[in-house]
Amino acid sequence: MDRSEIITDKFKDLFRDSSQRLEKNSSELINSFRKEAMEQFLALGVPGRENESYKYANLEPWFAADYKSYFIPEQADFKIAEDFKCEVDDLDAYSLVLLNGFFPTLNGTLMELPNGIWVGSLAYASVRFRDIVEKHYSKYALNGKDGLVPLNTALASDGLFVYAPAGVKLDKPIQIVNLVESKEDMLVQHRNLVVVEENTDVELIVCDHAISPQKFLTNAVTEVFVGQNASFDILRVQNELNNAAKITHTFIHQERDSRAVTNNITLHGGMVRNSTYHWLNGTGAESNALGLYLTDKWQHVDNFVNIDHAMPDCTSKQLFKGVMDDFSTASFNGRIRVARDAQGTRAYQNNNNILLTDDARVYTKPQLEIYADDVKCSHGATVGQLDEEALFYLRSRGIHKDEARLMLMFGFAHEVIENIKSEAMRDRMDGLLLQRLRGELSRCTTCVINCEKDLPHC
Amino acid sequence: MLQIKDLKATIEGKEILKGISLEVKEGEIHAIMGPNGSGKSTLAAVLAGREFAKITHGSVKYMGKDLLEMSPEERSKEGIFLGFQYPIEIPGVSMVNFMKTAINEHRKHRGEDPISASDFLKIMREKKALVEIDSALTSRSVNEGFSGGEKKRNEIFQMAMLEPKLSILDETDSGLDIDALRVVANGVNKLKRDDSATIVITHYQRLLDYIVPDVVHVLFDGKIVKTAGKELAIELEEKGYDWIKKEVDSE
Ligand SMILES: Nc1ncnc2c1ncn2[C@@H]1O[C@H](COP(=O)(O)OP(=O)(O)OP(=O)(O)O)[C@@H](O)[C@H]1O
Ligand SMILES: [Mg+2]
Repeated sequence: MDRSEIITDKFKDLFRDSSQRLEKNSSELINSFRKEAMEQFLALGVPGRENESYKYANLEPWFAADYKSYFIPEQADFKIAEDFKCEVDDLDAYSLVLLNGFFPTLNGTLMELPNGIWVGSLAYASVRFRDIVEKHYSKYALNGKDGLVPLNTALASDGLFVYAPAGVKLDKPIQIVNLVESKEDMLVQHRNLVVVEENTDVELIVCDHAISPQKFLTNAVTEVFVGQNASFDILRVQNELNNAAKITHTFIHQERDSRAVTNNITLHGGMVRNSTYHWLNGTGAESNALGLYLTDKWQHVDNFVNIDHAMPDCTSKQLFKGVMDDFSTASFNGRIRVARDAQGTRAYQNNNNILLTDDARVYTKPQLEIYADDVKCSHGATVGQLDEEALFYLRSRGIHKDEARLMLMFGFAHEVIENIKSEAMRDRMDGLLLQRLRGELSRCTTCVINCEKDLPHC
Repeated sequence: MLQIKDLKATIEGKEILKGISLEVKEGEIHAIMGPNGSGKSTLAAVLAGREFAKITHGSVKYMGKDLLEMSPEERSKEGIFLGFQYPIEIPGVSMVNFMKTAINEHRKHRGEDPISASDFLKIMREKKALVEIDSALTSRSVNEGFSGGEKKRNEIFQMAMLEPKLSILDETDSGLDIDALRVVANGVNKLKRDDSATIVITHYQRLLDYIVPDVVHVLFDGKIVKTAGKELAIELEEKGYDWIKKEVDSE
């Protein structure tokens, strides 16, 4: 038996042994997807290096490791999560805490924000808002090639649910703090569903934060429906420990004249893989996929983006930037597909990288599949060092070489941050970026949060 | 203040500066003119500490110290300022942050505390007025999207902020419209102190009507081939460089 079979077998056993417990704690709707999803996973397996889009992400060791399977939260966990009252300076946001992929609150698992937007636990929403969930759940996370998506469908039991009914406006962002905390090594699989109906506007800030040093593997799937003329922003800030692996799959389904922005900012993480899919399903839709990754030591950050222009007159932009230090590696794989009828498409892609050492590496690969003829499409990738002339310019004004280098890296990375919608968040991210570049961002610097309670293990 | 002795430098193995000697004293204004490609910018960059040219011979003393031993940032903190012929655009680095960092490095060098936010704003305001630079420009990234003339004005703004001892202005006049030229030249004159000196590199006599030089040098093929008073600039404007080339050739 080779290693990948050992891994799939392990999950097969896991599924068999825990499915009863899983089903008991989930809704009938969510359970109805499990069996088939598991079969799909068993057929596809964990993507290995032979999978073109996972060529540089070495996932097998992470999946081969043993984890304490952690499907159901216990009362004590609810208490831990409740204790974290976190906020960003000046950021007026609705804050929610997820613990190990669950939505644990002692007083209610679904809440209605003042303007009629619902946020809370997906598990509960699949009962309370059964019709909505049924309409969207597992409808967009369709990818016949990546076994990790069905693995999540088979094993996930909870995660974030956001529902913005037609016409409501979110007056401030929703901030989700994903805490990962355990005494034992753990596999986390959250499943999020965001439904943004027509003419609404939702901004999400997701902050991942491990608070104990155990080995964590996260495999999270997020599905987002963005209705006609609606607007959706998601900013994900990843600041994980070296022994954490984070895999996210984000599927954005966009209707006519909608606008969606995804932004993945990876400040730190042992192994990070973000797959972002925008499906442009209506004319005039606009999508913006952004990312920033800063790596050092032996880290690896992997970004996969897939923009599907299924309908005419849509615009998509991708901007991914990275700074790699030491022996770290990164990969960017950006795919644009333009369907035959998608005339008037505009699709732009940029991936710019700075390598700080001779040993750092980046693999960048654009993939364009264009079947329409009236299309404006451009892509560019750069891999370079810091600009010597710019460095001299700064130094010639008296700025020390190290500081000048830092300013250039900051300026380079800032272009991604500039796109963040809320000013308080932009400022906060600039601050974090600076700390990160100065090497002052400890694992206990909570990513975008200030918590009332001191974090353990710091 | 500055003594350059028989300075030779190569770029990629090719000799660009072929034995330059020049002395600048406190209070003086020197103009350097010369045809395209003669090495003016190379000389300016070498004085500011850019490492693209390899010094093969000669010495440069500045305020009694060996200039060539100093890093670019040290030279700046010791009072040398280079106004770039082609200022660099640095996206993502704000003018404010750039200038504040520079000023604080200079202050640290003099043993002073970092500048307070209110003092910094005050100085910014004063200097902006001096070179009549648009406030919108200083709230943007360094030179990003600035027009050619705006970039030049921004160089003089930075000079005003840093109050250098020795300013080397490399074709600061090219790209400036007539009014901007006067503003910039007046700015340079106002910044002049008894103990400071200026080297202006230019192709045009017009600038020298405003910034009146004590000495004019002609740099030709990596060498200073002629040095005279300000009337030399007028002669060059009328006759071009051909006659100098002939003089050089006949020697
Ligand atoms: N980085 C470089 N690499 C190769 N050659 C260079 C480089 N910089 C300058 N040179 C060469 O050195 C010579 C002198 O250039 P320099 O820019 O000093 O001339 P200049 O006198 O300032 O000209 P201009 O009046 O056009 O500004 C030119 O032949 C130029 O091509
Ligand atoms: Mg020049």
